[in-house]
Amino acid sequence: MTRREKVNTMKQSRLGSWIALVIGTLYFVVPLVGTFEFSLRMRRGEYSLDAYRSVFADSNFQDSFLYSCGMALATIFIGVLIVVPTAYWVQLRLRKLRPVIEFITLLPLVIPAIVIVFGYLRLYNSSSMIPLTAEVWSTDLLLALSYVTLALPYMYRAVDTGLRAIDVRTLTEAAENLGAGWTTILFKVILPNVRSAILSGAFLTFAIVIGEFTMASLLNRPAFGPYLQLVGANRAYEPSALAVMAFVLTWACMGLINVFGRAKQTKHAG
Amino acid sequence: MAFLELKEVRKSFAQNVVVQNFDLAVERGEFVSFLGPSGCGKTTTLRMVAGFELPSSGSIKIEGKDITHLRPNQRNVGMVFQSYALFPNMTVAENVAFGLKVAKWQASEVGPRVEEMLNIIKLPHLATRYPYQLSGGQQQRVALARALAVKPQVLLLDEPLSALDAKIRISLREEIRSLQRKLGITTIYVTHDQEEALSMSDRVVVMNEGRVDQVGVPFEIYNQPKTRFVANFVGTLSVLNGRAVDGSRVEIAGQTVAIGRGLGNAAAGAECAIALRPEVATLEGFGGQGATMNSADRAERNRLTGAIDDVAFLGSVIRIKVRIGNDLLSLDTFNNPGVTPPERGTPATVSFSPADVLVLEGK
Amino acid sequence: MTQLNNNPAAPPGVARLQFMQAAWAWVGVAPFLVFALMFLILPTLYLIVGGFQDPDGNFTLQNLFDLFQPSIMSAYWISIKVSGASAIVGAAIGFGLAYAVVLGGLPGWIRPTLMTFSGVASNFAGLPLAFAFLATLGRTGLVTVLLVKFFDFNIYATGFNLLSFWGLTLTYLYFQIPLMVLILTPALDGLKREWREASEILGASAFQYWVHVAFPILWPSILGCTLLLFANAFGAIATAYALTGSSLNIITILLYAQIRGDVLHNPNLGYALALGMIFITGLTNGLYIWLRGRSERWLR
Ligand SMILES: Nc1ncnc2c1ncn2[C@@H]1O[C@H](COP(=O)(O)OP(=O)(O)OP(=O)(O)O)[C@@H](O)[C@H]1O
Ligand SMILES: [Mg+2]
Repeated sequence: MTRREKVNTMKQSRLGSWIALVIGTLYFVVPLVGTFEFSLRMRRGEYSLDAYRSVFADSNFQDSFLYSCGMALATIFIGVLIVVPTAYWVQLRLRKLRPVIEFITLLPLVIPAIVIVFGYLRLYNSSSMIPLTAEVWSTDLLLALSYVTLALPYMYRAVDTGLRAIDVRTLTEAAENLGAGWTTILFKVILPNVRSAILSGAFLTFAIVIGEFTMASLLNRPAFGPYLQLVGANRAYEPSALAVMAFVLTWACMGLINVFGRAKQTKHAG
Repeated sequence: MAFLELKEVRKSFAQNVVVQNFDLAVERGEFVSFLGPSGCGKTTTLRMVAGFELPSSGSIKIEGKDITHLRPNQRNVGMVFQSYALFPNMTVAENVAFGLKVAKWQASEVGPRVEEMLNIIKLPHLATRYPYQLSGGQQQRVALARALAVKPQVLLLDEPLSALDAKIRISLREEIRSLQRKLGITTIYVTHDQEEALSMSDRVVVMNEGRVDQVGVPFEIYNQPKTRFVANFVGTLSVLNGRAVDGSRVEIAGQTVAIGRGLGNAAAGAECAIALRPEVATLEGFGGQGATMNSADRAERNRLTGAIDDVAFLGSVIRIKVRIGNDLLSLDTFNNPGVTPPERGTPATVSFSPADVLVLEGK
Repeated sequence: MTQLNNNPAAPPGVARLQFMQAAWAWVGVAPFLVFALMFLILPTLYLIVGGFQDPDGNFTLQNLFDLFQPSIMSAYWISIKVSGASAIVGAAIGFGLAYAVVLGGLPGWIRPTLMTFSGVASNFAGLPLAFAFLATLGRTGLVTVLLVKFFDFNIYATGFNLLSFWGLTLTYLYFQIPLMVLILTPALDGLKREWREASEILGASAFQYWVHVAFPILWPSILGCTLLLFANAFGAIATAYALTGSSLNIITILLYAQIRGDVLHNPNLGYALALGMIFITGLTNGLYIWLRGRSERWLR
C-alpha cells in the first residue's frame, strides 16, 4: 500500500467517527431545540416567554419545587449519615463485610423503585405496626428514606471511591496516635478528605430526587414530580418550559459534579 | 549486501525530530541491540522497522526489498512487546497458533508447530492456560514463541525484560540469546540496560537524541568509545580535566600523564579531558593487577598521586575513589582477605597504562 | 530473628482494645444495616412472600399462574419489547459513539465533552424527557412541523405515533445511548494498542483483529452493558406514563394502577406482578455481574 493510500484509509475511518458523532449530537440537541422552541410558542404568532411566566406565577410550582428541594436536602443529609460511617468502618475494620454491603447498595438498581414503594405501602400503612404513612411528617420521612435507597448506589460508590483514594487506615492510625477521639477523627480527618466525593454524590442525588415521580406520587406527597405530571396532563406549553428548566438544572448538577471531581484531581496532582 | 538495511531514516512528529540520519546494516542472523537513554528514539526506530510508524524520509530494506511503505501485516517481521501483549481471550496454545491461522497454515501443521514452539520455550505443560494465569516471565516466553512461530525474517524486541524482576531478567536474557543463535534469526533488541546490550549482542548501536553515536561489537563500544556520550553512557568512567602538554601528554593537577593513543591535533595548553575505566587503574601498594606485572611494564605506567576519598566494599570487588586535584578517579580492586582496604584521607598513588587512557571528544 | 517475627499472644489489654474497636465498627454500620433491612429488604421480601400467598395467608402458586392471563402477559411483553429494543438500539449507537471517541482518531477535546453531555443526558429522564419529545416529535412538535414544511413529509401519515411502542423506544434512547457511552468507554479503553499491533504484525488484517481479538474481548462488556440498559428501561415509569398515559400498557404502569386502585381485584396478584418484575431485573443484573466478572478477569 502506498503512503497516500494509507493516509486515505485513515481519513475514511475518521470520517466514520465524525458521522457517528454528528448523528449522536443531533439526537442529543434536536429535542432540546424542539422543546425550547415549543416553550416559546404560547403567545399566538410570535415567540414569547409567556410559558415561563405562567410557570413561575403558579404557586403550586413554587411550593412543589421547594418541597422537593427540601426533600433532596433531607435525602442527602440522611444518606451521608448512613453511608459515610458504613463505608468508613467497612474499609477500616469490617473488610469481610464488604461484598455484603456492596451487594446491598446495588439492590436499588435491581429492584424497580415502584416495587420498593409498593412494599412500603403494604408494610408501613396506617393499619400496620409501624404506621409511617399515617401522619404527614412520617410520610415525608418515609419519602426521604425511599429517596435514600434510590441514591444509595451512587452515594455509596462515590464515598467508597473517595475513601479508598485517601488510605483511611493510615490516616486513622495517625490520628489515633496523636490521641484524637473518634469524633475528631470523623469530623476533622475523614469528612474533609471525602468532602468532594460526598458533594459529587450529593449533586447526583439532587438531580435524581428533584423530578422523581413514582414514589412521591404513590406516597401522595406534593412533590415536584407529581406537579410536573399534572401540568403535563393539563397544559400545552408550560410542560416544555418546565422541561427546559429541568434540563438546565440537570446540567448544573452535572457541571458541579465535574467541578468538584476535577478540583479533587488537581489537588491530588499538586 | 546486508540482510536488513536502514538508510538515512528520519522521523519527526509534527515539529519534533525524533530520529535522524539513521544508517544501519544488519547481517543475516545477527543480534543487534539499540542502546540509549529514555526518549532517544529506540522504540520509534524499531516501530518503523515493524511498520507501525512511517519514516518521514529514508528507506528500510529486507533482503534488498524495499519495505518502507508496506503495512505491518505484509512484512515478515516478528515483534515482542514490553507489556507481553498476549491476547487475553486465548490460551497459550491459541496465542501461539494465531499467526499460523491468519497465515492460513493447514490445520494439521498448526498443532505440531505450536507444540514445537512450546517445547522450545519449555512451557509445553501450560498450553491450555490463559495469560492471566501465567507469571510475567512465562508470558514473555509465550510472546516470544508467538512471534517466532510464523518464522519471521526479522525479530524485533522492545525492552522485553524490563517489566520482570532481576533474577528472571538474567535467566531469560540467556534463554533469548541461545534461542536466537539456535534459530539463526536476525534480531534487533531495544534496551536501556547496558549490561543487557553488552552481554547479549553481536553488535551494539548506541543512540543519543535520535542519532547513532556509535555502532560496534560490545568490546569496541566499551573500550574504544567514540564520543563522550558513549563513554559516559556505557560503563563507569572517571573523567580528569587538564591541559595538553604536547601531542601525547596531558598535565593533570600538576602531574604529567602519557597517552598511548595520542591527543590528535590539540594545541599545547588547550583544555582537554582524559577518562579511565575503574578496572584499568591500580592503587600502588595495594595488590591488584599492578602487583603481578613485570618491572618493564611497571616503568611504563603513568602515576598520579592524590588522597583516598571513599572506599566502597562491594563484596568481591572494592571500589575506591581517589581525589586528584578537583576530580575523582574511581578504581576497582579485587577483594583480598589478607589486605585491609585503605582509610579515607590517606595519601595514595594510582597507576595505569598509557594505552588504557581514553581521550574524550565533544561535550 | 524468628522470635521477633513470631507474634506473641496479645496481652489481655490489647485483646480488649481490639474487641472494643470491633464492637464500635459494628455500631458504626448498624444504622446502615437497619436501614437496608427496613426500607430495602423487608418491603421486597414482603411482596415476594405475598406473591406466594392467597388472601388468607396460605401458600399458593395460583398468583403466579394468574400472571399468565393475556392482559398481564401483554403488559410484560410490551415492557420487555420496549426495554429490549431501546437497550439493543441504544447499545449499538452508544457503541458506535464510544468507539468513535476512543479509537476513532478524533481531536482530543471531543471525548471529555461527549462524556459530560452523556452524564447529563443519561440523567435527563422521567417527565421532562417525555415533555421534550412531545414538543419535538408530537403532532405540532418542531421536527414534525419542519419536516412537513420543508420536505412535505408528515411522519404521522406513515403511521408513526409518539404514544406507541416505537415512540416510547425512541424516547428511551435519549438516555439509553449516553448511558451506554458512559459504561462502555472504560471497556474500550481497556483494549490495549499492543493487541492490535501484535495481531497486525502476526499478519492479521483489521477485520481479523476485530473478529478474533477485539470482539471476543469486548463482547462480555457489550452484552453486560446492554443488559444494564434493559434493566434501566424496564423499571422506568414516569416517561411512559407522561407520554402515553395508560394507552400503552407497560408493566410498570399496570402495577402503578394496581397500587392506586387494585385494578386486578386481588392484592396478592399485585405482589406476584412485582415478583415477576424483580425476577426479570434480577436475572438481567445477575447476568450482567457475571459477564463483568468475566471480562475483568481478562483485562486485569
Ligand atoms: N506518537 C508520537 N507523537 C509524538 N511524539 C512521539 C510519539 N512517539 C514518540 N514520540 C517522542 O519521540 C521521542 C522518542 O521516543 P521513543 O519512544 O522512541 O523513545 P525510546 O528511546 O524508546 O525511550 P524509552 O527508553 O523511554 O522507551 C520521545 O521524545 C517521544 O516523546
Ligand atoms: Mg521505548
